Amino acid sequence: MADRAIHPSTPVPQRTTVTALAPDAPAAVSLPVPAAPSAIRSYLSQRGSGALADRSFGAIMLLCACSIFAIVIFIASILVLRSRLSLTQFGLKFFTGQNWDPVSGDFGALPFIFGTLATSLVALCLAVPLALGVAIFITELCPKVLRAPISFLTELLAAIPSVVYGLWAVFVLVPIVRDQLGPWLAKYLGWTGFFGGTNFGVGLLTASIILAIMILPIISSLTRDMMTAVPTSQREAVLALGATRWEMIRIGVLRNARIGIVGAVILGLGRALGETMAVAMTIGNHPVISKSLFAPGYTLASAIANEFSEATGDLYLSALIEIGLALFLVTIVVNAIARVLVWAVTRGAPARVA
Amino acid sequence: MGVGILVEHLNAWYGTTHTLQDINLHIPANHATALIGPSGCGKSTFVRCLNRMHETNPIARATGTVKMGDIDIYNDASPVEIRRRVGMVFQRPNPFPTMSIYDNVVSGLKLNGFRNRKILDETVERSLKSAALWEEVKDDLKKKSGASLSGGQQQRMCIARAIAVDPEVLLMDEPASALDPVSTSKIEDLIFQLKSQYTIVIVTHNMQQAARVAENTGFFLNGKMVEFDSTHKIFTNPSDKRTEDYITGRFG
Repeated sequence: MADRAIHPSTPVPQRTTVTALAPDAPAAVSLPVPAAPSAIRSYLSQRGSGALADRSFGAIMLLCACSIFAIVIFIASILVLRSRLSLTQFGLKFFTGQNWDPVSGDFGALPFIFGTLATSLVALCLAVPLALGVAIFITELCPKVLRAPISFLTELLAAIPSVVYGLWAVFVLVPIVRDQLGPWLAKYLGWTGFFGGTNFGVGLLTASIILAIMILPIISSLTRDMMTAVPTSQREAVLALGATRWEMIRIGVLRNARIGIVGAVILGLGRALGETMAVAMTIGNHPVISKSLFAPGYTLASAIANEFSEATGDLYLSALIEIGLALFLVTIVVNAIARVLVWAVTRGAPARVA
Repeated sequence: MGVGILVEHLNAWYGTTHTLQDINLHIPANHATALIGPSGCGKSTFVRCLNRMHETNPIARATGTVKMGDIDIYNDASPVEIRRRVGMVFQRPNPFPTMSIYDNVVSGLKLNGFRNRKILDETVERSLKSAALWEEVKDDLKKKSGASLSGGQQQRMCIARAIAVDPEVLLMDEPASALDPVSTSKIEDLIFQLKSQYTIVIVTHNMQQAARVAENTGFFLNGKMVEFDSTHKIFTNPSDKRTEDYITGRFG
């Protein structure tokens, strides 16, 4: 009744209503005439249930979601269809063969798969600690005035086209790796076997470094968003137990944001696996499997970019398309492994922070 | 055993807002002390000054002396050392969602390097029993996440977490304001028992709660402490007109 009084056009019912409903009330008292509904009420009551709008909205969204499946299936089927020649000729041996010889028509993709995985993993090892450091500094330690400029610069890094990174790497990074970083690594870490052999400046190491620089912004800005989303109450809970700043970040922030952080790393990995131009310019483009990071290599993506225009003959073209299929599969498998890892680590723990 | 707290000329600011103005007060050891007052009067800021949580906000600062036992907490020790000795329970339960109930309770000990399984097990049982939660959770200590409990259970778990490190002082910032009456009464019983071992400072909006659990009560208004006396005196015969107006419900 109280809300009816809000609308001046609606007369407030008299107290007699209440007495009329009481069991011992005299039957002679008549109920009040219902007041004319207000403009707002009559408008709202005419609006209908909205069931049609809800249903069509749901259908449109379902269509959008299905388009993802359609695109994936479409790409996969085209890759399989167009690489049929090489698929039937080499079978599973394509993925284990180490020989890539267009002249004699012998194609094996293992060196490319190795190059793709090796550069991406080394790039992750370099980029993840750095990206976490940047994100921690921005969210927890940075003075307010520096926060916006640093965030802006990190995001600017993400906007630079990969061919520009490649050019920079050719003219700056390659000489550094060849003349300064390489000799130093060979001297102090040569015993590991990862830094042996001749160092040309172009090779797995240089490609990994440029990849690390390229995936740094995406990982750090996503990680930063995840860490900012952790509520203050979690930070205070840890601090109140007598935590130092680092302990507060480790328990109160990183632990709560870990699923998001792994998600950011997976996105970075996805970009590293598929990166083409900058890698093609720095990796040396030689399909061999080598333990040394100084050695040249080749990745799946850069092989397609470099050799597609000069692919003569149906088998060569078909093998290149199967390289694309291999990249597709590698990406899916790596993503699946990463998801399983996340699931195994966080089993039983809720994904969200209260 | 708890320690007494002596506060002298405590002033606190958020930016340019003078949130606490010259607070002087003695909180006796092993008693529960309630702080009442309308929203925004500074009582939360006051308890946050007692474990130096106030200064974690970059725009906040505080001056004055707070002595906890013999230690001047603003001059003789770091915030980290103080917070190890002063437990705090917040207004909204804040369990660590990625940890089990067990890990939530011992998080303060693990943080400070305790690794002895036996001591940890004993502490979990003792703290959860003190917090009147043991019977409800003892079967899934390590199976369930701390965030899977109900609100009242979460808050009792947060109390267990605070007392697991055996603090000398326990600060409670409206610990029951987000809870239903049953959970509230459990927490009040708890405060009643805990004060034999700890000095308890409790901020509350609920005056019956202050009357039920606390020996002494302070009334805050607009950043000043208007009156501090035994709870009985405050609620039956306050010496300040403003206190009387507040407790009789004439404002606030």
